Amino acid sequence: MASNKWITIKGTRDGLTLFMNDQCAWNELLEELEEILSTKHMAADEPLITVKIELGNRYVTNQQEQTLREFIRKHNKLVVDKIASNVILKEEALQWKEETDVNLHNKIIRSGQVLEINGDLLLVGDVNPGGKIIATGNIFVMGNLRGIAHAGADGNRDAVIAAAHMAPSQLRIAEVISRSPDADSEGVPMECGFIDSKGEQIVMDRISTIARSRPDLNAFERRVMNG
Amino acid sequence: MGEAIVITSGKGGVGKTTTTANLGTSLALLDKKVCLIDTDIGLRNLDVIMGLENRIIYDIVDVLEKRCKISQALIKDKRFDCLYLLPAAQTSDKSALTPEGMVQIIEELKPDYDYILIDCPAGIEQGYRNAVAGADKSIVVTTPEKSSVRDADRIIGLLEQEDMEPPHLIINRIRNHMIKNGDMLDVDEIIQVLSIDLLGIVADDDDVIKASNHGEPVAFQPNTRASIAYRNIARRILGESVPLLSLEEKVSFLDKVKKAFGIKK
Repeated sequence: MASNKWITIKGTRDGLTLFMNDQCAWNELLEELEEILSTKHMAADEPLITVKIELGNRYVTNQQEQTLREFIRKHNKLVVDKIASNVILKEEALQWKEETDVNLHNKIIRSGQVLEINGDLLLVGDVNPGGKIIATGNIFVMGNLRGIAHAGADGNRDAVIAAAHMAPSQLRIAEVISRSPDADSEGVPMECGFIDSKGEQIVMDRISTIARSRPDLNAFERRVMNG
Repeated sequence: MGEAIVITSGKGGVGKTTTTANLGTSLALLDKKVCLIDTDIGLRNLDVIMGLENRIIYDIVDVLEKRCKISQALIKDKRFDCLYLLPAAQTSDKSALTPEGMVQIIEELKPDYDYILIDCPAGIEQGYRNAVAGADKSIVVTTPEKSSVRDADRIIGLLEQEDMEPPHLIINRIRNHMIKNGDMLDVDEIIQVLSIDLLGIVADDDDVIKASNHGEPVAFQPNTRASIAYRNIARRILGESVPLLSLEEKVSFLDKVKKAFGIKK
């Protein structure tokens, strides 16, 4: 089709992928999209088609992305699955970095103290009973964990909590909470807590086994790959 | 120029006041000029333990509100010429004292004394902030109980935020037979949790209560275990290195013989 200057459509097993040229003007792109979508008429009994959009090296604002989604949604049977772009804002990149950085802290968290950080926490020191550490990522304690640790605080259920000496009063991962047994226990060296495969509760295991249940602990790489 | 040391614990009833009285006495025994300040406004005790209750005319609030000079409020101890007490007010409430006022009083006292010991009230509110305000150093008193160690941990956290040296620890009221049975936290366990330097340990001793009730700090007695422990702590404050007392009760030969004959249980 001669009019298809900026948009290339490819069909895959999973649905359609729209490759959008990243050099042309945004308006031209929308116009062309409108044209393409209005010429393709779907029969009412056809199944839903998911659409993936590849923006190349074009940055779209949230508003533009919204427009794009609405544009496509107007036409029945098309569902936008994902909008992918090779570029992100510097601001966003810094936020990613912060969220996925390992933050090293070297102190004792005493009763009544709270350490709250974005990203992974590496604590060189103890968490005493009554102390609390909170991280949006994983928590690693090189010392005695006797207080409360909350990993994946904004909902990351893949986060883990590891400690050189594990004797916590409570472990929390995302919204799952587990507490120590009522019997006074001495604690266990080199342990790690994570949400089990059923996603129901926090289970404990030796640190050495964590590679099996969480092979991709490095959150930054994971995010870059998955967007 | 003297040094101001605050004695605190968070939890009440672990022996702050007793410790203050005994360390003051012990330092005075070592020829240091010492001033004790009671900051527990409304619940003063230090004067009772020192046996100076009947001599109070003015108190710390009178000094702050300029009803008297600081020298008028200071009470000289009946046993030592180099030991003084600045008593707390019994009728005012805690708001009568302010951190600024404390700093002012301590700065005024410093040139005249080697050590100023500040007895802190229980808790972490206004009273605590007043007591800590003018201090250069701090001593945390705890007993081998979980709740007391928990509170000590909290207070250490707060003290670490202050502009002073890391606090030192005194473990009070140790009962050796209970530690042996595993019914009480042992000294190593407490130090591991609190991870600050240990200044000394004091055994739980009936003599301490007896002496306090007579208005004469136990440190004054020559050879009870508690008095030796307090005097050792005073020497450590002066920078000497003194080994920790053994918690084992020494049984003299005579006592063994008496026990064998059933004279003494």
